[in-house]
Formats: sequence, C-alpha cells, structure tokens
Amino acid sequence: MIGQPFEEHAQNGARREALPNPLGGARRTLCALDPPIETLLRELTPRVLGAVVRRFGDFAAAEDAVQESLLAAAIEWPREGLPDNPRAWLTHVASRRMLDQIRSESARRRRENQTALEAAQTSQSQPAEMREDDTLVLLFMCCHPALTLSSAIALTLRAVGGLTTAEIAHAFLVPEATMAQRISRAKQNIKNSGIPFQFPTPRERTQRLQAVLHVLYLIFNEGYTTSTGPNLLRNDLSHEAMRLARIVHKLQPDDTEVAGLLALMLLTDARRLARTGAGGELIPLARQNRALWDREQIAEGVALLSATLPKGSVGPYQLQAAIAAVHDEAAQAEATDWPQILALYDLLRRMSGNPMVGLNHAVASAMVHGPTRGLELLDVLQADARLADHHRLDAVRAHLLEIGGDPKEAARYYRAAAGKTASLPERDYLLAQAARLSGELQPTNDKE
Amino acid sequence: MKYMLLMMGAKTDFDAYAQWPKQDLQANIAFMRAFSKDLKDAGVFVATEGLAFPAQARMVRAGKDGEPITDGVFPESKEFLAGYWIVEVESPEEAYKIAARVSAAPGSGGVRGSMPIEVRQVLGGAEEPRR
Repeated sequence: MIGQPFEEHAQNGARREALPNPLGGARRTLCALDPPIETLLRELTPRVLGAVVRRFGDFAAAEDAVQESLLAAAIEWPREGLPDNPRAWLTHVASRRMLDQIRSESARRRRENQTALEAAQTSQSQPAEMREDDTLVLLFMCCHPALTLSSAIALTLRAVGGLTTAEIAHAFLVPEATMAQRISRAKQNIKNSGIPFQFPTPRERTQRLQAVLHVLYLIFNEGYTTSTGPNLLRNDLSHEAMRLARIVHKLQPDDTEVAGLLALMLLTDARRLARTGAGGELIPLARQNRALWDREQIAEGVALLSATLPKGSVGPYQLQAAIAAVHDEAAQAEATDWPQILALYDLLRRMSGNPMVGLNHAVASAMVHGPTRGLELLDVLQADARLADHHRLDAVRAHLLEIGGDPKEAARYYRAAAGKTASLPERDYLLAQAARLSGELQPTNDKE
Repeated sequence: MKYMLLMMGAKTDFDAYAQWPKQDLQANIAFMRAFSKDLKDAGVFVATEGLAFPAQARMVRAGKDGEPITDGVFPESKEFLAGYWIVEVESPEEAYKIAARVSAAPGSGGVRGSMPIEVRQVLGGAEEPRR
C-alpha cells in the first residue's frame, strides 16, 4: 500500500534547503566576518553567556539572547567599529533582550506580579560578573550525560563555540530547522533534568570531564574524518574542537587527560594535508608524503605530551597521543618504532573496552611479530559481536593477508570490507586495493 | 549516521492506492504529514521526497550514439520507489524504529498497515564509531 509520504509543500521540490533564519537572516554566519572580529566573538561567547545565565538563571533563554547579541555585533561592529568594551557591549545587549522577553511574558500573563522583572532590573544594575571558569561550567552543562551525543555536540558548538545554528547545520549536512530543533530539545532536556549551572561535585568531576572530552573528540573526528570532500567547513570542526580543547587545557592545566586529548588532536591533525590525494582519495599512513606533515604542530603536540606523561595518571587520550607521536616522529614509514607502538596498544587495551583498539593492537602485533600473529589475534576478535560484522575487521585481515603473501584472499577481504563500509572514500580505497591485487594476480586482464 | 527509508511498491499497489475511498486517503495523508513533522520535531529530519505515480516512469539507457533509449514497459513484478525519507540518527536500531512507524501507516479501510520499508545507510565520510 503506497501512500504519498510527504508534507504540505510536496510539490515545491527540494526540501533539503534550510528554513529562513528566524533572526531575519541579516547575518546567517559569523564566518563571513573579519577574522579578528569573528575570533573575538567566539572567545567572548561562553563568558558572556556565563554572566547572563548567572544573572537571570534561565539557561535556554539566556543562550538565545546571547546568540542574538552575537548577531547584532556581527552587523554593528564592522560598520561602527569595535566598542570600547566588547564583552560589556555583548552582555548589555543580551541582558536587554532578556529583560524585553521577561517584560513581554509578564504582560502576556497579565500578572500583577512584577517580581521577576524587578529582580532582573535590580540585578542588571550590578556590574556584570565575569568568571574565567564559566566556559568550563558551560561545557559541563552542554556535555551532560543526560543529553544524547548529537544534541550535546550541537549545543556545545553553539553555546560554547559561538557558532550559529546555520553554521552547525551546514557542518553536519542537515537542514537548519533540524539543527535548531536538536538544540532546542537539548535545552529543554537540561531544563527538565534540572542540571544546574555550577561546577560538578569533586566526586562527579572526573566522569563529567570525561563526557566533555568525549564530545570534543567527536567534534574533532567529525571534521577530520570527513574532510576529504570539498566541504571546508567540516575541516573547521576540527579546528573548533582544538580551540575548545585549548581553552579547557588552559583552565585545567594539571589534568593530564585534557592535555592528552589536545596533544592527540594536534598530532593527528598535523597529517591532514597528507591523508588525502588530489582527487580526495584516502592515503594510508604508510604511503603519505611526510613532507606535507605540519612539523610545527607535531613539535607542539610532542612537547605537550612530554610535559604531561611524567605527571602520572596516564589515560587513554595520552596513550593515543603517544601512539600518534611515535608515527609522527618516524622519518619514513619503515622507520616506525612498532615495538613501542605495540607496547602502547597493550596498555591501551587494558584500559579501554573499545574493540577498535583490539584491531589496532593486532596490526601492531603483526608489524612486530609477523602477519601470522596478527591474524591469530583477529580470529579472537571475530568473536566480539561489536566487530564481527564491521568492515574494519575485514580490512585489517585483508591488509595482513597481503603482507603475509596471500593476495587472492587479501583481495577477497578488501572487497568484503568495501561491501560493509558506510564511508564513500573508504569504499573507494578498499575497492582500489582489491583491484590492485587482482591486477597483480592477472596482469593481462585489465578489465579487473 | 544517516539512513534512507525507501517506500517501495509494485504497480498494482499504486493502482490500488488510487482507488482508496476518500476517508482512507485522508487518514493516510494525515498520518504521513504528522510523521514528517514528528521527524522534524525530534531533530532527526534530513530530507524527504515523494515521487509521481509510476505510470509515467521511463527506463532510460544510452544508445550507441549516446542518445537516450527509453522504455516504459515494465514487468508486473517490478517494484517502484514511491518516496523516501532521510534521517540522521545515532544507531541503525533507531532508523529501524522510525521505519517501522511509517510501515504501520493506515491502509485501505483505515487498517494499520505493514508495508515494507527498505532501510539503507547513506555513505558519508570515514566516520568513527561513536561509543
């Protein structure tokens, strides 16, 4: 039975278009601004928001008001010049919006009770209180485990990163209305769960900080792993994640995992230019042109890691950063210190339940002890339900079979992996590997 | 991760749909509209399109000169796409749940349906597993 799915404007065609910006669309993105103004606005966002939330209490409304103040600044500042105190300017505009809203709400309710308004006006006469650690408190809120990961990501980018909904929607390739809905649901969720605007208790702190780091890691990853296309905005997600990680590191310089995550981002992102070819095709680590790696960023990541590891309490991000550093420090792929990488994966495997770690550990074992050892480990991993049907298990098996000198089986597993992956660049890569091996098998048959 | 939910049917299904009584059609259309709105409210909506009935469908191939050769005669058993939704969700299970909801759209006589919905993952970048 075939119904017509769709909605009222079914005849109007493409509905991938974002809906008009409810703020009037004068400035849909901050990206079009002068870089210095954009940078300034992004830096000030969480601190202004922190001040407004503390004054008025209502996070959801305050967040909207701050977004409006950012848009107002994006229009006025390039025209009128920077105000003397940009932070106070933004806080003032956002607070005015809050007051307007409270006024119109109380008018709508036709209540005699003016308490909320009076309280707000009283508090407005007090100087805006700016606290350095507001950014961190906001991050704890936006990355609260009560939120789904996708809403935590969206809310973090908007409330802490200062990106507009349109920019976030573009970065994730969804309609603006969908992203707006995701953000508003996240805020509703915060309200319903009664998540307070305050530091978590010392007991909760570690777990909550972990949630923050996980969200930042996912934002970085979204930008990094999908940056093969022409869509540069997705690249910007990596940079945004690094910027936020830097802020957290500055606020929590003694937390070794925060430093570890930032180092991991720096050391991974340093290879960005080399990991895809001219046509956007994936280039594996072993075949990357290492001259394209960003040496400065590698040096920064290594220095950060070297300063962090001796502090003790080594966690998964530090270990992953250490592995990335070993790769980055090899002048050629052949010079890679695989025994050290294997030792690091051994440690990581004991700490993390992530089955991907097991896969990488098998690869490192194969590089140290030979492909047979690696393949034995894969047989064990095959029993893990989370991996059994995962394309990467087949891809790694294909790789090890190839090293072990079985191109026919290797080609078969490359193709099996290609059939399972949901990544277009990865599928292209896996099919090319299979075709290359089949070509070697039948050098006269160029139809393969 | 993004999934496409494809609503498919044989030509006889489309013909039968065109014969539904008015109230059944209205119930079905209202359901579909509410469904799309729910997807939007939930923040998972990416895109949707409905296609014209298959009467005008043509199969096109390039001839030797590259010019189109069209064919509109299809075997009775051929399945046609009626429309699709694209949703962004956090797991395949979530996509299956959404597909099951639309599968149960009210059919002829207002009876709850069970039409097949093909669920396919949309290719993206080299995405890492989330947890």
